[in-house]
Amino acid sequence: MYSQGLIGADGRTGETEAFLAAFQARIDAEEKIEPKDAMPEGYRRTLVRQIGQHAHSEIVGMLPEGNWITRAPSLKRKAALLAKVQDEGGHGLYLYSAAETLGVTRDEMTEELLAGKAKYSSIFNYPTLTWADIGTIGWLVDGAAIMNQIPLCRCSFGPYARAMIRICKEESFHQRQGYEIMLTLCRGTEAQKAMAQDALDRWWWPSLMMFGPHDAESSHTEQSMAWKIKRFSNDELRQKFIDATVPQADYLGLKVPDPAMRWDEALNGGKGGYRHGAIDWDEFWRVVKGEGVMNRDRIAARKKAWEDGAWVREAALAHAAKRAARKVAAE
Amino acid sequence: MHEALLEIADDCLVLGHRLSEWCGHAPMLEEDLALPNMALDLIGVARGLYARAGEIEGKGRGEDDLAYFRGEREFRNCLLVERPNGDFAATMLRQLYFGAFMEPFWRAAAASTDDVVRGIAGKAAKEVAYHIRHAGEWVIRLGDGTEESAARMAHAVEAHHRYSGELFESSRAARAAEAAGVLPRRSEMRAEWDRVIGMVFVEAGLTVPEGVFMQTGGRAGLHGEDLGHMLAEMQSVARAHPGAVW
Ligand SMILES: [Fe+2]
Ligand SMILES: [Fe+2]
Ligand SMILES: [Fe+2]
Repeated sequence: MYSQGLIGADGRTGETEAFLAAFQARIDAEEKIEPKDAMPEGYRRTLVRQIGQHAHSEIVGMLPEGNWITRAPSLKRKAALLAKVQDEGGHGLYLYSAAETLGVTRDEMTEELLAGKAKYSSIFNYPTLTWADIGTIGWLVDGAAIMNQIPLCRCSFGPYARAMIRICKEESFHQRQGYEIMLTLCRGTEAQKAMAQDALDRWWWPSLMMFGPHDAESSHTEQSMAWKIKRFSNDELRQKFIDATVPQADYLGLKVPDPAMRWDEALNGGKGGYRHGAIDWDEFWRVVKGEGVMNRDRIAARKKAWEDGAWVREAALAHAAKRAARKVAAE
Repeated sequence: MHEALLEIADDCLVLGHRLSEWCGHAPMLEEDLALPNMALDLIGVARGLYARAGEIEGKGRGEDDLAYFRGEREFRNCLLVERPNGDFAATMLRQLYFGAFMEPFWRAAAASTDDVVRGIAGKAAKEVAYHIRHAGEWVIRLGDGTEESAARMAHAVEAHHRYSGELFESSRAARAAEAAGVLPRRSEMRAEWDRVIGMVFVEAGLTVPEGVFMQTGGRAGLHGEDLGHMLAEMQSVARAHPGAVW
């Protein structure tokens, strides 16, 4: 989801050559950049955008899975799903805090999301239609997130890198839990197995799109790579994901919905890998630009929560102010 | 006897489910984390009690049989917990009312003659103490916040107080469990409940209503209309695939 965080990022920067060279030297020496350090404006802007979009993805991502909390088919699954969705909220919280160290507030970022100015991962604009979607999201979507995020644990910006270390541990737990749901379904009744295959059919391609456009079409990669905000290209990460996931689908007895998918000895520098068929980039851009099935509903749900909660937030502030005033009066 | 455990298990599951409906829709991110936390505590307690109730019943019913394959006439929860979430004030008040009953209940149940109940009680008492603190703080903030929040809080009290009396009633099944020392006597929680609610209400600027007619029926499976919808949703997948393993 997070390669998409760079879509629309503006890495241009107006500092002197000497300043940029000194900054680059720190990056090249693998020094962590901390919030109070001097940094190029483009670096700061790129990170605010990427971390903000990552945070929004966690928050909006609570909705498709939250859609099944009230229908989870066993108490054990209900508890696990609740805990997972809660984890995603926690990820949002750490990430907003990491972005706040760069001088934006959570409220500002939220307003941008609700106004449609800040993006979130395209994957969450697809609907969750059956219980098997919960297994598939854990397996594929959290799986793809991990591929993207493990390198971010070494991101040059300290607060982001540190947030990622904690988040990655939880994401990999989610991934295993999702796969375990799939395994249970695939060992279950015919209807359960059909549900699992149907979910894979619907989520496979959108999951591959999570890595963002092909490298040739990805305009911001180079500067982000140099600044070590990004460490692998979109296509490299997508390939890693496919190579890890196809054998897992085989083990489940499910079929990846790509008739062109085949083993290719030449991939991965001669180590071999799975070559995938053509990705429908028209669909990808359509969803990114707002025309996925669920785009409007996702934002509407976030807006509703935000607006319905306004009186609560105001009351909390008003109460805190009253308390403070009473305390002063008592002194 | 097992029915007395079912009553409390149903309370916890139904309220946990209600709280889980907030997940992703709370007024602030912190509450998107806090509400599922409380829901998880309650669902955890329900699971333990269902398992024990099924064991005592001895018909081979497990937690999911009890949660997913009983209809609304068989659910034994009190009316308070099935009330729809309403606004955040209503949700927090409902939580405080329930928590202020369960906290002394679990503390007393730590002396249960049933090992399993004793084990559940120790953990549940700590959890519910946090629920009281969290919900109580919100009742105070909202009651003593803005004009709007105070009005909403007062409305929440008006809407829920009539369901508080049922908490202290012991059904025939509960009386049997009480006589056997498995569960504490519900009426004995009254004084502590009054104390906690009174304390919170003073700070919140709320008044405890008097002379309210107390609604009951939940322990006899006589619910309001909302529970059936909740169960229909909750049980839909499980019932579409009877016998399936998830
Ligand atoms: Fe996450
Ligand atoms: Fe994530
Ligand atoms: Fe996750």
